[in-house]
Amino acid sequence: MSPRPRSFYILAAFFGLFLLFLYGPTITIAILSFQGPGGGLTFPMRGVSLHWFRDLFEQQAVGDIWGSFRRSLALGLMVMVTTVVVSVMGGLAFRRRFHGSGLLFYLIITALVIPSILVSLGVGLIFSQAGWQVHWATSGFGAQLTWTLPFGLLIMFAVFNRFDKSYEEAARDLGASNWQTLRHVVLPIIGPSLIGVALFGFTLSYDEFARTLLTAGSYNTLPLEIFGMTTNVTTPVLYALGTLTTVFSLMIIALFLLLAWVSARRKARAGSDAGDGLR
Amino acid sequence: MHRLLGSRHVLGWLQVAPLALVLVVFLVLPIVMIVTVSFWRATEFSIIPAFVWENYEFLFGSSVTYRVFLNTSKYAVITWALTLVIGFTVAYFLAFHVRTLTWQVALFLVCTIPFWTSNIIRMISWIPFLGRNGIANSTLISWGVIDEPVEWLLFSDFAVILAFVHLYTLFMVVPIFNTMMRIDPSLIEAARDAGASGVQILWNVIIPLTKPGIMIGTIFVVTLVMGDFITVRFMSGSQSANVGRLISNDIALLAYPSAAATAVVLLLTVLIVIGILLRFVDIRKEL
Repeated sequence: MSPRPRSFYILAAFFGLFLLFLYGPTITIAILSFQGPGGGLTFPMRGVSLHWFRDLFEQQAVGDIWGSFRRSLALGLMVMVTTVVVSVMGGLAFRRRFHGSGLLFYLIITALVIPSILVSLGVGLIFSQAGWQVHWATSGFGAQLTWTLPFGLLIMFAVFNRFDKSYEEAARDLGASNWQTLRHVVLPIIGPSLIGVALFGFTLSYDEFARTLLTAGSYNTLPLEIFGMTTNVTTPVLYALGTLTTVFSLMIIALFLLLAWVSARRKARAGSDAGDGLR
Repeated sequence: MHRLLGSRHVLGWLQVAPLALVLVVFLVLPIVMIVTVSFWRATEFSIIPAFVWENYEFLFGSSVTYRVFLNTSKYAVITWALTLVIGFTVAYFLAFHVRTLTWQVALFLVCTIPFWTSNIIRMISWIPFLGRNGIANSTLISWGVIDEPVEWLLFSDFAVILAFVHLYTLFMVVPIFNTMMRIDPSLIEAARDAGASGVQILWNVIIPLTKPGIMIGTIFVVTLVMGDFITVRFMSGSQSANVGRLISNDIALLAYPSAAATAVVLLLTVLIVIGILLRFVDIRKEL
């Protein structure tokens, strides 16, 4: 290999600084969440303790954290499953032009670029004028889908742009029905990328704030609860909560990446599943 | 029945039906609702269906509106410029200086992971850095750069833009990296063989070929910044305003018609900007 040019080292240093910029603040609050009981929101550390984490588990100290966590988790899973199913169906449909596909594509782009607070406001207004109660599982669920679906669909578009259609043709030539082709050829090939769609669906929902602000109703999701805390909590308990949810997010991300890695490995090793379609 | 299903139009619509349903109910109808309500009348306790222009007259008659729109554009332009420079440099490093695909993927993932964590917590995490007794101030004091803590680090326009760059540079890195990875290496080789220097290759080959990625990143960053209200509220300590905050303040006062009118103007502004940007790039082709 040729020796690296000097520009490599400059750019590598820049990249390192960028990573420090990305992760530094998060690591700082992770450290500060172990403040001693007398410590404040900034350094110096006044001792090291689990005091603020313990505080989180005492209901009266910080409101309904665990309830909101359970709601965010449930909502995230609902949004994730819906995003995967709807994106795959949409991705399949968009492989061929149909009447109105252009218009629908622009709607997807609109969903992506529309300021989140407009979705929140609009959905909230519809529900209040219709006399329905806003609830995280109905209005909140729908409002979040307008954010997760465009990402899911963009991933599916990218996947199908790279999809080799000759596999399908081969299946059809061998007498597979449309459903068999989809089930035994298309879905196994696009499978690993569905893990990516699921990751987007879950994490974007789990962290969403603006679109749930006016659509969650009287029961808060976790980001709403955390934002509420920023206005009235001035102790490191805020950092403890931030650290815990970030660790949770990182675990979810690691799980998905692991799944993607394992499925890619399995695909590489198992190779052919010839004959499965006949069973 | 079979023939009907065989038609690609019918099959296509059956497959996109759930998507279309979600978009109509939670995107189109809300927009229609907002446009409708922007013509309604508000009293202290309720909103009344009507067709009046007073919300728009008030909006365009107030100097606050122009100031706030100007401020929003200022955030958008500065954030765009910074994220573009940083995002391009990072993507360029990953695509052309990291040599193995494994390392490229690994470092790219390291860049994208924060995107999947909570924005609000990432904003909160600036407090220990920027606060009056924060790391930035104490470091600067210990270096002798300043004598007493600077006040404008947290709760200022500086903090707002810092947070925007922190949150949204990813949206530049990803599409730019994606287009850079598709550049045919033989083009760069050809340029080098023809005697181009590194800078000339960057300027005359790589940047023109990366334009679609830059455009997509621009669309993301500009719309996210223009539609934001929470970053500005949190990082400026409620001292600065952008259009999103104007809307959310109206909502807090239950002045929905006024909020809706502002929202309509914001939406039109964003759509016009996107319309212009989309003329330079075919998103479907770039994915």
